[in-house]
Amino acid sequence: MWDLATHSLDVAKLRGAKYADVRVMHLRQRDLTTKNGHIGTLAQTESIGLGIRVLANGAWGFASTDQLTREGVAACAAHAVSIAKASALAKRRDVTMVDEQPFVDSWQSPFRKDPFEIPLESQLALLLAADAEMRRVKGVTLTETDMQFRKIDSWFASSIGSRIHQRKVISGCGIVATAFQGDEIQKRSYPNSFGGQHALAGYELVDSLELLQHAPIIAEEAAALHSAAQCPQKTGTLILGGSQLGLQIHESVGHPIELDRVLGEEANFAGTSFLTLEKLNHLRYGSDIVNVVADARIEHGPGLGSFAYDDEGVPAQCTDIIKDGQFRGYLSNRETAKIIGLQRSSGTMRTESWNRLPIIRMTNVSLRPGTWEHEDLISDTDDGIFMETNKSWSIDDRRYQFQFSTEIGWEIKGGKKVRMLKNPSYGGITTEFWNSCDAICSAKHWTLWGTPNCGKGQPMQTMGTGHGASPARFRNVQIGTAFSEQ
Amino acid sequence: MSAARKARKTGTAHSKGSAAALSDARRLHDIINDVLRIAKLVGAEDAEVHVDEVLDDLTRFANNAIHQNVSENGITVSIRTVAEGRTARVTTNRLDENSLRAAVESALSLAASQPADKQLLMLPGKQRYRGVQRFSKKTAAVTPEERARAVRRACDLAVQRGQVAAGIFSTGQSQTVMGNSRGLLAAYRETHAEFSITMQEAPAASWAKANAGDVRQLGPQQLAARASEKAHLAVDAKEIPTGKYAVILEPAAALDLVGFLFYDFAATAVADKRSCLNERMGKPLFGKNITIVDDVYHPLQLGAPYDGEGIPRQKVLLVDRGVPKNLVYSRRAAKDARKSATGHGFMLPNEYGEAPMNLVFSGGDSSLEKMIASTDRGLLVTRIWYIREVDPYEKIMTGMTRDGLFLVEKGKVTSAVRNFRFNQSILEALRNVEMLGPAIRASGEEAFEMVMPAMKIRDFNFSEVTKF
Repeated sequence: MWDLATHSLDVAKLRGAKYADVRVMHLRQRDLTTKNGHIGTLAQTESIGLGIRVLANGAWGFASTDQLTREGVAACAAHAVSIAKASALAKRRDVTMVDEQPFVDSWQSPFRKDPFEIPLESQLALLLAADAEMRRVKGVTLTETDMQFRKIDSWFASSIGSRIHQRKVISGCGIVATAFQGDEIQKRSYPNSFGGQHALAGYELVDSLELLQHAPIIAEEAAALHSAAQCPQKTGTLILGGSQLGLQIHESVGHPIELDRVLGEEANFAGTSFLTLEKLNHLRYGSDIVNVVADARIEHGPGLGSFAYDDEGVPAQCTDIIKDGQFRGYLSNRETAKIIGLQRSSGTMRTESWNRLPIIRMTNVSLRPGTWEHEDLISDTDDGIFMETNKSWSIDDRRYQFQFSTEIGWEIKGGKKVRMLKNPSYGGITTEFWNSCDAICSAKHWTLWGTPNCGKGQPMQTMGTGHGASPARFRNVQIGTAFSEQ
Repeated sequence: MSAARKARKTGTAHSKGSAAALSDARRLHDIINDVLRIAKLVGAEDAEVHVDEVLDDLTRFANNAIHQNVSENGITVSIRTVAEGRTARVTTNRLDENSLRAAVESALSLAASQPADKQLLMLPGKQRYRGVQRFSKKTAAVTPEERARAVRRACDLAVQRGQVAAGIFSTGQSQTVMGNSRGLLAAYRETHAEFSITMQEAPAASWAKANAGDVRQLGPQQLAARASEKAHLAVDAKEIPTGKYAVILEPAAALDLVGFLFYDFAATAVADKRSCLNERMGKPLFGKNITIVDDVYHPLQLGAPYDGEGIPRQKVLLVDRGVPKNLVYSRRAAKDARKSATGHGFMLPNEYGEAPMNLVFSGGDSSLEKMIASTDRGLLVTRIWYIREVDPYEKIMTGMTRDGLFLVEKGKVTSAVRNFRFNQSILEALRNVEMLGPAIRASGEEAFEMVMPAMKIRDFNFSEVTKF
């Protein structure tokens, strides 16, 4: 692989590139699903190829190919340079970047059980058993389970001399029970919706989830939601479970801190950001207890945003995003860091595959744990609603106004969960919401949730991101907004 | 010479002023034959092969300059084996003989790991297809320089008007061939092109987009001019109260809302009781002015005239004057329901079954101007964004307006207004359609392209307002 990578860089330089970086990537994926006791998807995918990004005439070009021969990668590199020269026909300035050192390294994400080595029969047997547990519950009309495993090798080389090999193993698993009755469809997912939990881990992730114990619980809840009371519409106290808070972080912190959005590079599609440059170090983003980091280092945990180097050859870092409630940092790359006067990229360039250009992506954007025990948080709440497991999410294109709904809610009265609520939802304005946070649970309740389906870029790229969170409480929140009528 | 050996000799060469070309279709047919030969050799009872080639280029611009400019070229082979009630799929882009053999063996191995499914259908045999011509040589020949010059002109317009442009200009071509061991053979190729642009005039923005099979139908400069004019009109947005308003949804906004209905018309979704059409088929559900068909052969549609199993796509009347009449069926769903397959199945194995992918809404004769003139108080909506399902049975969707929301008073656009969040049932909205425009090929960002009219809808529910 190094020979092909180096050869493409050489061709790019010969054709006039002032800078080039190249990724040869080999991606393997296994997808398993069941539905109502039968196998749904049973598939494996493999893809290998090379993508090269070049800077020529002061502008960028990128080309990719699956023809992994010296001739194939040479043609690809030459094409990238010709594209860069075409880009220069519509440039306003020459692209410049902050300096970065060359690195020569090899890294593998830690895992205990290679999911591709676990017998498929046992993987399917576990899913079918969980599926059967859910179907035992009266009122459940649809049961679904899934597992997804990925192994990604990437060989990164750049014209400044970096040569970095990384191997990542990613696992994901989840189950869902749906109940249709009357004029409502209700569902419950475990351990999270939209595919369950995903992590930079091996099959040990699946082992840890205890699917068979949780299957009947969520199935009972899905059926019970039909007789639950409707979530009220009011302004009040909200406690979010960890996975829902993880998505809240993703949408209302993670996306607005992407510096490409801030600088208008995503204006046509993903949108821009309310976090304009003058707000850095001046905006009170949240209350004093809100501390958020973007941490790609493996010591943060086995998140979907963990790696050793980003896809621009910059080492993984931990960046303060919100410190004691104050807005402190962006997600940047070498080009955007230069534009706003930073000394170094924060190392967040990531690509979905060899045929996609690396762009700024979230790494692990996590809320630091607080001090509360979960039980104490409930008992300290006189009147509130606890919501968990995301059902829908939406936020405006500058990331101010959001609305989320969850699969299930619980009314809290006098410090106790007193009854189940269906169709819970809440909404608000990002900074007002984070400033209303008055309690965050401790590290004991903190989980690094994986969001496997973050879409961004044109052509669209799907990326996995990590979000550490423990349950937290927010005051004076608009509740029940999804069903509000004027 | 086998496709595997030929692949090593083939390279995609590019030079300034020329565009790359797809492989000769015979190469893809050779790969099909190679895989079927290998499958027979290794003992696969039956096999199905898809070979897909893409050659896509996308020029992206922001801050009045090109900032990303990419090209993608690749061939993918997807193999499904079927034996003794067991099936599985393996996909690879490694085309040498050993890799194709390994892929077939992997599919067999995956398939063998599962319990037998007595309901699994055998592969279909040879089919007859209605031809479609969706390949534009002009589109296939567009170069990076041509895209860059068009982008430059759009950006220059923004600079002249003190605005900031962002967007994309993409062109591409693709071909797909599928075959199976029972004699089925199908092939399709198309070109596609897209231009979208956001013009920003702080603090406002507006947007325009077109997508077509032929690049000559896009009109980048007209789109840039339209977005520019609307961005200027949107600058002084005022805040108005939330509530129920008459809305005039431009085709892209209508598409991105009602496009979320498509999967509900899958027979499998109804059988799974996750469709909003459960227990509602044959009953009036929408207004009498709503008729929807799925029609891959419509002149404004793109896409192959066959489904993931190679079954010819049929034109299906989904909604007739407000009444849901028919669903679409994969072979398996059709067998379960004792119906005929309609050619809408996804590649197997999958748990979702099928879906209509070429929706065509019947339009009317009301222009946007006529809709505005007929409105005493309402909102003109350019684009909606981040639309998600809140209630799957009542089909309540939430989302935001974006890039140009205008107040209409006494038959005229009077001002721009701050963006709203909506929480609105699609079913209710389609009962409240008062006027329809001519149906066009609409392109948004949430739903795939459909043939869709602008719609004037009464009592549309806006629940929150944002800060811009």
